[in-house]
Order: sequence, then C-alpha cells, then structure tokens
Amino acid sequence: MATFKEFRNNVKPNWCPGCGDFSVQAAIQRAAANVGLEPENLAVISGIGCSGRISGYINAYGLHGIHGRALPIAQGVKLANRELTVIASGGDGDGFAIGMGHTVHAIRRNLDVTYIVMDNQIYGLTKGQTSPRSAEGFKTKSTPEGSIETTLSPLEIAMSAGATFVAQSFSTDLKQLTLLIEEGLKHKGFSLINVFSPCVTFNKVNTYDWFKENIVNLEQFPDYDPTNRIAAMNKIMETNGMLTGLIYQNKERKSYEDLVVGFQETGLANQDLSLSPDHFNKLVAEFK
Amino acid sequence: MISQLSWKIGGQQGEGVESTDRIFSTALNRLGYYLYGYRHFSSRIKGGHTNNKIRISTHPIRAISDDLDILVAFDQESIDLNAHELRAGGVIVADAKFNPVLPEGNNARLFPVPITTIAEELGTSLMKNMVASGASWALLGLPLDVFNKAVEEEFGRKGAAIVEKNVEAVKRGADFVLELAGGPIEELQLDAADGKQKLFMIGNEGIGLGAVAGGCRLMSAYPITPASEIMEYLIKKLPPLGGTVVQTEDEIAAVTMAIGANYAGVRTMTASAGPGLALMMEAIGLAGMTETPLVIVNTQRGGPSTGLPTKQEQSDLNAMVYGTHGEIPKIVIAPASIEDCFYDTIEAFNLAEQYQVPVIIMTDLQLSLGKQSCEALELDKIAINRGKLVRELPELETHQLFKRYELTEDGVSPRVIPGDKGGLHHVTGVEHDETGRPSENSLNRLKMMDKRLTKLNGMLIRDAVRADAPHAAADILIIGMGSTGGTIDEARTRLEKDGLKTNHITIRQIHPFPTDLVKSYMDSAKKVVVLENNATAQLASQVKLYVGQAEKISSVLKYDGNPFLPSEVYKACKELS
Ligand SMILES: Cc1ncc(C[n+]2csc(CCOP(=O)(O)OP(=O)(O)O)c2C)c(N)n1
Ligand code: SF4
Ligand SMILES: [Mg+2]
Repeated sequence: MATFKEFRNNVKPNWCPGCGDFSVQAAIQRAAANVGLEPENLAVISGIGCSGRISGYINAYGLHGIHGRALPIAQGVKLANRELTVIASGGDGDGFAIGMGHTVHAIRRNLDVTYIVMDNQIYGLTKGQTSPRSAEGFKTKSTPEGSIETTLSPLEIAMSAGATFVAQSFSTDLKQLTLLIEEGLKHKGFSLINVFSPCVTFNKVNTYDWFKENIVNLEQFPDYDPTNRIAAMNKIMETNGMLTGLIYQNKERKSYEDLVVGFQETGLANQDLSLSPDHFNKLVAEFK
Repeated sequence: MISQLSWKIGGQQGEGVESTDRIFSTALNRLGYYLYGYRHFSSRIKGGHTNNKIRISTHPIRAISDDLDILVAFDQESIDLNAHELRAGGVIVADAKFNPVLPEGNNARLFPVPITTIAEELGTSLMKNMVASGASWALLGLPLDVFNKAVEEEFGRKGAAIVEKNVEAVKRGADFVLELAGGPIEELQLDAADGKQKLFMIGNEGIGLGAVAGGCRLMSAYPITPASEIMEYLIKKLPPLGGTVVQTEDEIAAVTMAIGANYAGVRTMTASAGPGLALMMEAIGLAGMTETPLVIVNTQRGGPSTGLPTKQEQSDLNAMVYGTHGEIPKIVIAPASIEDCFYDTIEAFNLAEQYQVPVIIMTDLQLSLGKQSCEALELDKIAINRGKLVRELPELETHQLFKRYELTEDGVSPRVIPGDKGGLHHVTGVEHDETGRPSENSLNRLKMMDKRLTKLNGMLIRDAVRADAPHAAADILIIGMGSTGGTIDEARTRLEKDGLKTNHITIRQIHPFPTDLVKSYMDSAKKVVVLENNATAQLASQVKLYVGQAEKISSVLKYDGNPFLPSEVYKACKELS
C-alpha cells in the first residue's frame, strides 16, 4: 500500500512561503494514502489560480485545465472511469465566480467527485482582486473603495442545491482537514470541502490569526447531527459560515453513476469498442 | 410517367405537418423511392407557419427542387406562402374547413378535401395527417395496401382498433379526392421504383449512428437547434452499451466534460451549433494544447448571435478554422451526405486519437435535419484506430514520469490513460515539457509548438476533396461544401445542356486545407465558382489563401436562410460564363 510519501513528487511548489495551499497539498497526500489509494488510481483535476497548480504537486494522474472548469473535466474523468478516485480542486474565484454554474450543477448531479476549494477570499494568481468570497468593504486592487457586493455563501448554496456532502476546514488544522478529505473520498457522491487557505501575500485581512479568532469547530457541539439538513442549514447561518467540520452528509442518495440506467459498473475506459454486427444491424434496421 | 416529383405539406407548427410527412415518406420508402426532405420551420413549438417538402424520385437525388407538384395545405396561409412554387398544372389538396382559395393569377388545380371533418368524424382531429397523406397517395395512383402496411407498422403497438381507424382515415381521404379529381392525376404518375427499401434518415441520425459504430460511449451536450437530435439519439443507444449522455449546464461544461472523458480514455463527443461553439472556444484550445482527443459536431444554422436559428447557413467556417486563442492543430471535416455523416463520424474519432487533436465535424442545418434516402451503411468500412494509445507499460522509477509529450518524428506522442500503472504524467494547458510539467524555457517552447503544429502535416482524410470532374479542361469548376452538392449537380446538368463544361468538387476537409488537391482541379478550369451559404465568402477566402488564383474565382452566396435551389445555381453560373 502506498504511503503519503508516494503521493509526493519532486516539484517545488511556486506558492509563496506561508501560503495556506501547502497544507491542503499535504492533507490530500495523507488522505489518499489513508484511504488506501495507489497514485495511478487517483486523478487530481484542478482549475487555474495559485491553488490550481496543486495537481502538479501531487504524485498521481493530474490535469491542470482552464479557469473555472475543473469540475466538468473531473466529472468527465469520473464518467469515463468510475474505478478512479477523482479530486477536483481550485480557488474560490475558480469555483465560486467563473465556475459557479458548474459548482451548483456538479452538486445537483452528484457524481462521485471530491471537490476541494482553497478559499482565500481573494484572487491570488492575478495579484489581489476581489473574489465572491471577499467580505463587504474589503479593499482590493479592483475594489479600492471596498467591495460593495454581498459575500457569497458557498455552504448555503451547496445545501440548497442538494449537496450530499458539505464540509469546511482550515488549512492549519491538518488533522481535521485530512480526515474530512478522507471522508469526502469515501463518500459515494459529490463532496464539497471548502478550505480556508490564507493568501499571505494579497489578503492582509483574512489572515491565519483572523481565522483562528473567527471560526468555530463543530466539535464544540457534541449533539450536532450532520445528517440533519435543517440543523446544518441553521448552523451555517448561525455561524455566518465560519464553521469547520463535517457539516452535512446524506448517505442515502445514490450517486449519479449508480442512477444512470444501464451505466457500466466497471470503468468504461477499459471497454472493448467493437460493436457486434448484430447490434449494428438492429440499429440500422430502425431507419428503414 | 415521370421519374421525380415534389410534394409539400404546410400548416401551423404543431398541427400534424411533421407526422403527415413522416407517414407519407415512410410509405414511399417502402416502395423503394429515393427521398430528399426539407423542413421549413421556426423556433416556436406551436403556431407559426411550417412546411415540409419531399422530393420523390426513382433515382438517387440530393437536392430540393425549384418547383412543386403537390401542395397539401392545412390553412390558407400555407397556400398563400407556397402556391407560387407550384409548376403549371400543379395540385393543391386543401382542408375544406377553411374555404381555401387560390391566390390571384394562380392556375393550380385546387381540391378542397374535408380533412379535419373526416378526422373528427373518425374520432379525433389528430388523424388529419392520415386523411391528408391518404389523399396525396391516391392522387399519385400508388397502391393503397402498401400505405396501409406503413400505417400498421406505425400504430401496431397501439392495437388493432387504432390501426383500423387510421386505415379508414387514409381510405376516406383517398376516396374523397379521387372523386373530386376523377381518379389519379395523370401527370403525377411516377415510374415504379425498385421496390428496395432504402435507409432513410437525417444527417444527425447518421452522425449518432456513426458515433455508436465508432466507439463513442459518452456524450456531454447542451440542447440547441439543429444539433439536439444527436444527443436524443445517443441517449437511447448508449446505455445498452454501458455509456450515457449527460445534458450539461452549458456548452462549456459539455466540451470540458468531453475533454475529461477523452483524457480518461473514453471516446466522447459533444455537439452544438454556432452559439455553443462560441462558448467552447477556450476549451478547444485546452484540447489542442494538452493533445487530448476531442470530437465536436457543429451543426451550422443562421448566425450571427441567435440569428436565424432554424434556417440554413454555412457561416461558422471561420470560427471553426480559426477559433480559440493562440495556435493549435485542429481538424475540421465537412460531411456532404448522410453516408458521410456516418463514416466521417467514425473517422473523426479515429483522427482525434491518431493525431491527438480536436476534430470538428461541421454540418449545416439542411444536412443535419433534411431527411434523405441513404445507401446501405457498412460497419467494417472504417476500422477503429486508437493511434498511439498504450495500455501495457513498464514500471516507473521513483519520481520518474511518463513522457506523455515525448518529442517524436511525427510529432505524435504515446498516450496513456489514468488508472494505468507506469503512465503517471502531468497534463496542463500551460506550456510544458515532455512529461507534462510546466516550462517556460524558450527552447522547449519552440520544440513543443513545432511538435504540435506539424502533427497534421500532409494529413488527408478519406475523400478529402470529392470530385465529379469529367472534363480535362472545364469552363467552370464549381466548389461547394456540406449539403449543397446535390443542388450543384442538378444545376450542372442544365449547364451542360447549354454546352458548358462543368466540373464539381466538394471540399470535405476544410482544415488543414487540402491545397494540392483543390489546386489540381482549379489549374485546369477557366473559371472557378465557390458556392456557399454565407455572406462573406468564407470558403472562397480559404481557397484564395491556400491556392491563390483569385482572379478566376467568383463567389455565389446565399444567406437568406434558405438552401440554394438548382435554378439559382444555374442562373448564377450562367451569368458568369
Ligand atoms: C478565462 C480566464 N479569465 C481570467 C483568467 C485570469 N485568472 C487566472 S486565475 C484567476 C483568479 C484566481 O483566483 P482564485 O480562483 O481564487 O485562485 P487563487 O489564485 O486565489 O488560488 C484569474 C482571474 C484566466 N486564466 N482565464
Ligand atoms: S499569492 Fe497568495 S494564494 Fe498565491 S501563492 Fe502567494 S500566498 Fe498563496
Ligand atoms: Mg482565491
């Protein structure tokens, strides 16, 4: 069985020292090993942004695509080979701005993909513009007077879109993050894991300290039941989305792959493509 | 006796025009006639004038005709809009319900038949289609038992009582019109056909069937006219083969999902029309840059923007050839018949994997939606070829990556798929080295650009340029693409009668442009006419760019939303000669 070291490669990330994304990378590597994956069975599909580089820093199959489209690419991979474990990942701009349409529909579709968002409330790669996750009043290069748009709540959106797995974590809490990713990987359906992953270079407001002060860990509520959808929604609103842990999981709903009538149970990619003459003749006969 | 005629049915959208056409043509197909259909419709579902025209012939035919022999009208508007097409002595079968009148000066023979009344008497106005097609059938003097068999097949599942009612509707329509006309119309008696049932389908179905035969097992798409039939066909045919169709949230998702699935080893396609193609542009570049196979069907319709969404046009050529930022290798092929739709789709999947590039299959609305007779299709004519896909791999050393972008002689690198041990590598739209790792090194950049851009050098598809060139030196060489070939050939017959020597080539490989082949036909021609359904002569521009000889090229363009008629092509060529 592969250890987390086997999910490491020899590429030095070009993230700034102290960037939250390092821990996300480590957590993915650990979680992959902990759930018993081999590098060739994992595909990490990422978007564009500082965070999007992550697929190149994990020793597995990886595809670094285009801005905002990690999810549809990842879903394509999963459809093509359901035997693979598929992780999609990227930034808050990638998933909640340009790719928001895909996020909502990937949640609705519920293909078995684990989506890890590195949420730094800013656009890192393009050097510090506002993101849908930026707080109102947040001053950035593109909002010199402060952001005047409402901050998006991806957790509420996920819940209302029918998510079957919603979690949130903080990149310094490697233990919790690793565990949540493991749970996400094991979940049979779409899992959203939003990770507060501070941008130390362009976000001087939402810093490590700021997060430590503002987040509540669901462990503080021993009675919290993550299978209760209403309780989950309430908790998200009560905490203004500043909570970490497994927020909601629905193990009853089947994944998309399991609901498609006739869908092959093994990886489609391994199928022999030839069509029997009989089958072909039947198809042709329909046009007479 | 005549060898071909044209029949048209018109009415409000949603009142049975489509089904009348379907039943009438199914029955004709049973007799072995060659058929070529054209649908005139708008994007409304109910209401709005719509008409379907069928050319019926004893020999293969691939064009609509200039004129019309029989018009079936469900309302006065259908008469007013279409009666001018009737040739002298043509016939109108109209629903007596609306007291049909001939437009002033029109001398067609009008037969008011109580189409609605008969249908209602038999239980439901839905049976209008049966009464109308029965009347048409009778005027042609065709055997009623053949028609009844077609009815039986259509309604058999619904039980004997329903079949009987419909047969009765057909008979009453037939009887009524024969009484009025005093028997079948003499000038409308067709020569007997060969009695062999032909395949009869629309281009989109040919593409769908080709996809299944070509090993496509997934499709991701967003509905749009005139592409939707492809997904609607495949959603029925892929699940029995283990695959499926995903209706995505938009065309960006459709194309990127297809890229993901192709990357992971499944032949996957998407299909759209101009607006969707526009949304796919960035992703097409990703496929080009990452050398991921991809098949996209673009069924052209009237642009720009929403344009004429249900009308004929060929105006996306530039978008397909040049679309996406930066420079990538890309193949654009243009089927010109139903048979092509089938075979080209299989070939497109092969090309995509052999060259590891995006392949766009371009059709136009008339080819995608016009229902036509088609020759027998063979499954084995094009074998599946997955190019340099390798599945058995030696193990990698620690930190060693598979050279997915290895520099090779032909520019095409071995391809592996996720899941296979020994194949680990990275894929990125960022410029990268042989293992797929990002690299900004200038030397590497040049090598990789050259590798990708030379992959298609010398590539020629089957029948890249299809020629009907009987003359060593032609007065006119007519160049076309897509659905226009049959119309061009009919015009040529008339031009040849006038003593003009005409050659005809259909460019089927739009990009990379088959320069030498096209040039070989142009060199010997006095004049070249490039015929296309757009306003800016996009195909002619390609010809001029790659072949030159601009001084002898003229364009014949049509962009009013309708396909060319043979007479228009004839006139245009005649004027130029
Ligand atoms: C279509 C397109 N538009 C814009 C860009 C430029 N761009 C690259 S990354 C990015 C935003 C990055 O922010 P986020 O997704 O939050 O990732 P981060 O860098 O913060 O990790 C933008 C706007 C692009 N690459 N593609
Ligand atoms: S700019 Fe911000 S997000 Fe990007 S690498 Fe640096 S710290 Fe991380
Ligand atoms: Mg960000």
